[in-house]
Amino acid sequence: MNNTQFNRTRRRKRKYRLPETLLISAVVIWFSCLILVPFFGIIKEIISKNWKQTIASLTTSTVIHAFTLTVFICIIVAIINTIFGIIMAQVLTRQKFKGKLILESLLDLPFAISPVVIGFMLIILFGPHGWLGKFFTHLNIKITYALPGMIIATLFVTLPFVSKEIIPVLRQLGTEQEDAARVLGANNWQIFWKITLPTIKWGLGYGLTLTIARSIGEFGAVLVVSGNILNKTQSATLHIHDQFTDLNYLGAFSASLVLIFISVLVIHIIQFIYKEKEG
Amino acid sequence: MSNHISDRFKKNGLYLRSLSLFYIGVIILLPIMALISIVFKTNLSSLWSHISQPQALYSLKLTFFLSLIIAIINCITGTATAWVLVRYDFPLKKTMNTLIDLPFAIPTVVTGIMLVSIYGPRSVLGQFFSRLGIHVIFDKPGILLALLFVTFPFVVRSVQPVIIAMEKDMEEAAKSLGASPLSIFLKIIFPELSPAMLTGTALSFSRALGEFGSIVIVAGNIPMKTQVASVYIYGEFESGNIPGALGISLILLFSSFSIILILNFLQKWKKKYE
Repeated sequence: MNNTQFNRTRRRKRKYRLPETLLISAVVIWFSCLILVPFFGIIKEIISKNWKQTIASLTTSTVIHAFTLTVFICIIVAIINTIFGIIMAQVLTRQKFKGKLILESLLDLPFAISPVVIGFMLIILFGPHGWLGKFFTHLNIKITYALPGMIIATLFVTLPFVSKEIIPVLRQLGTEQEDAARVLGANNWQIFWKITLPTIKWGLGYGLTLTIARSIGEFGAVLVVSGNILNKTQSATLHIHDQFTDLNYLGAFSASLVLIFISVLVIHIIQFIYKEKEG
Repeated sequence: MSNHISDRFKKNGLYLRSLSLFYIGVIILLPIMALISIVFKTNLSSLWSHISQPQALYSLKLTFFLSLIIAIINCITGTATAWVLVRYDFPLKKTMNTLIDLPFAIPTVVTGIMLVSIYGPRSVLGQFFSRLGIHVIFDKPGILLALLFVTFPFVVRSVQPVIIAMEKDMEEAAKSLGASPLSIFLKIIFPELSPAMLTGTALSFSRALGEFGSIVIVAGNIPMKTQVASVYIYGEFESGNIPGALGISLILLFSSFSIILILNFLQKWKKKYE
């Protein structure tokens, strides 16, 4: 056996010393107990029930309405925040102006503020006595305890995702290619479609996936703003909460399982994007 | 000609900039200002009396105390997890690396439901623990588990890239010169990882402060026992006591601001370090 071959096999079958083995096992056990074990609880609950009952609990008109509402809000929010996310990322990387630092700090806030506080703030702003609430009441448009409020709350909590993912990519790209295209007579749209978009597409995909996941899962802010009105402003997560407080565990478990499936799908998409980005 | 192009470009840029300012202004800034303006309108002493109510104070203390514990645990376990994932090989490592992000993708309410299904009073594990005298659900251990679940990825994901980028030469040099693993960790690895560790820890602390969905399911909302700040705010809001909700909201909001400021400072510090 020559030397390089020996090295290779030794690296592949590297034996860890006791402290290293202990560290690895500790991390794996901690992770399994904390993150994986809870999933078995819900799977066991579902398996122990009659599957016909499970299906029945998922096909009531209330459940279908709740999930339709969640999907609808998710689509609207994904479109609006993708457009504004791209615009904000462009502005923050390509322009210099006073107050830019404040704008960047504001972009961090939605992740740091408690969702309940976000909902509360929106109720104050859009409620009947709020600054914008007065204006919309005048126009006869209901924001709080209605669909527009739920959309605004979800916009708030998911606002940074797209721009946060694109900004580092745009910084890395620099402006050389865009400047060259501009000198050669390309207009802004051509530059965006032919140069900017192909570069940011994976960052955009990642940010969009996170936006979708968060808008499907958002609970606190939407709960406060929507008023949780049955068959009207009750989204999927609010429905799960309702079922749980009504002690209807089967309903809560089966609807949770649907959302878990969506989350696992999201994780797969994120992995796919990572691979494409590197490959 | 070139002047014409740059003029058009500038006009376009101005248009995009006003659009961004308008959007962030309406969606983020205005709601915050609305809350603060209400605070200015209310009597400060009455606001203080709402905050200093025993129930409110207890919820604040409990929230900060639990978040601090969570932050410390995450700092240690998160760094260890990132280290193991980068430096060692073991079966199913890739799967585990994928599943680290799971807590970000799972809705918080679902996290709560899952914990009830496994540790609840009707489950095998729940009955086992209650025979030992430990109540998980509707008690503090449940809140800790929920918080640990939702904040798990923060430290791992902020430390991992730093360990990947770290050169092994320094460690190997120290090792060949006879340094113990502990002194290698303290003198070489820790200083390099500390900014990322702090960032991840601060993020998980701030997330724990504001967490609502999983706790509202798991904690059972018992005043002076399991009621955290966000659940307290929701309770006061539901029962129509707006000033009561206002005071605690303001404190949580202020904490969020401070954490963001600290994080921005950390980022600058990190750049200087590089």
